[in-house]
Amino acid sequence: MIGALIGREIRRASTGLAWLPVAFFLLVVALMPFAVGPDARLLSRIGGGTLWVAALTAALLPVERLIEPDRADGFLDQLSLHGLAEETIIAAKIAAHWLTFGPLLLIAALPAAALLAMDGSSLVRVEIALAIGTPGLAALAVAIAAVTAGLPRAGSLAGLLLLPLAVPLLIFGAANALLLEAAFSLLLTAGAPFVAGAAIRASRT
Amino acid sequence: MSAFLRFDGVTLRRGGKLLFEGLDLELSPGKRLQLIGPNGSGKSSLIRLAAGLLSAERGLVKRSPLALADDLLALDVDLPLGRALRFWSKSADRGLDAFGLTILADVPVRLLSSGQRKRATLARVVSSGAPLWLLDEPLNALDDDGAGRLASIVDDHVAAGGAVLAASHQALAGEWRRMELGA
Repeated sequence: MIGALIGREIRRASTGLAWLPVAFFLLVVALMPFAVGPDARLLSRIGGGTLWVAALTAALLPVERLIEPDRADGFLDQLSLHGLAEETIIAAKIAAHWLTFGPLLLIAALPAAALLAMDGSSLVRVEIALAIGTPGLAALAVAIAAVTAGLPRAGSLAGLLLLPLAVPLLIFGAANALLLEAAFSLLLTAGAPFVAGAAIRASRT
Repeated sequence: MSAFLRFDGVTLRRGGKLLFEGLDLELSPGKRLQLIGPNGSGKSSLIRLAAGLLSAERGLVKRSPLALADDLLALDVDLPLGRALRFWSKSADRGLDAFGLTILADVPVRLLSSGQRKRATLARVVSSGAPLWLLDEPLNALDDDGAGRLASIVDDHVAAGGAVLAASHQALAGEWRRMELGA
């Protein structure tokens, strides 16, 4: 059942608009040269941080479709009746969400680095930090989606909740403090199923 | 043989309103029980409590493996009906056949009418293989043919030692023990 659930989540994300967060990511990055001017030295200096800001904002886009459709449609109820704990459901959703979000973002970072005139070594550093940080970002997005599911204006609320909680990922990622980045990403990934599972149980009426 | 579903002194409160207090209920193999009562009397809440989706404020609920059909579709609407049902059960064909949905197996769920969607949720229960069925307003949107199929499937299930708990304000075909919830 868990394998089938992960497969289903990946299918839904990829037949839907999986490219949308990535397109948004590239768009935010492309705004930078317009905002600060075409100075290659300046752009390459702020390149790593820009990629992180873009990744955080892109992580917000899919939040509304991660949990709420399945809650409203009774899908989560039926999964529970099939004996899956809410925490297990969320862990499967996090895995599937990262698979349709993380690797695409890592690929999109290549043209993004070119837009910002970043050199090869700083690109490699950002890619490694993104690879470590995106699982935490995906887990955080799923947890926030569960906490806000069913609330009015959940999308805006999710932004207010997600961005502050993702700040440590941004700080450690942009500073290339990989061990701290890994620790915080691990904390989010391990904690999110419990937060989201409790939120789903509490939202049942 | 022990009961498939047992409530011992169960109290349930939703949104500050006391729906029932000290409720006892027992559903043994081969039995069927219909919950009746006016709108808002807590029929659906009792079903969701029996399913384990809500928790009681006080009291004990014991349940066997069960399947639930309510007003929520819980099927991927972009998939063909057969594939969407097979996500839930390998023996989905049995449910499709029981409700006359086999010819719709290749039709995307989003194109189904509300009666056909209701049949699909009931088909999921039939193909679940669970001994206890919970049906919340099973007659909603069903036509006469659908209601007749449901009646004969429930008869078969009960005859085979299963049990059914249904909430409906309409009369259900067959011999049902009734339990009235107050408003």
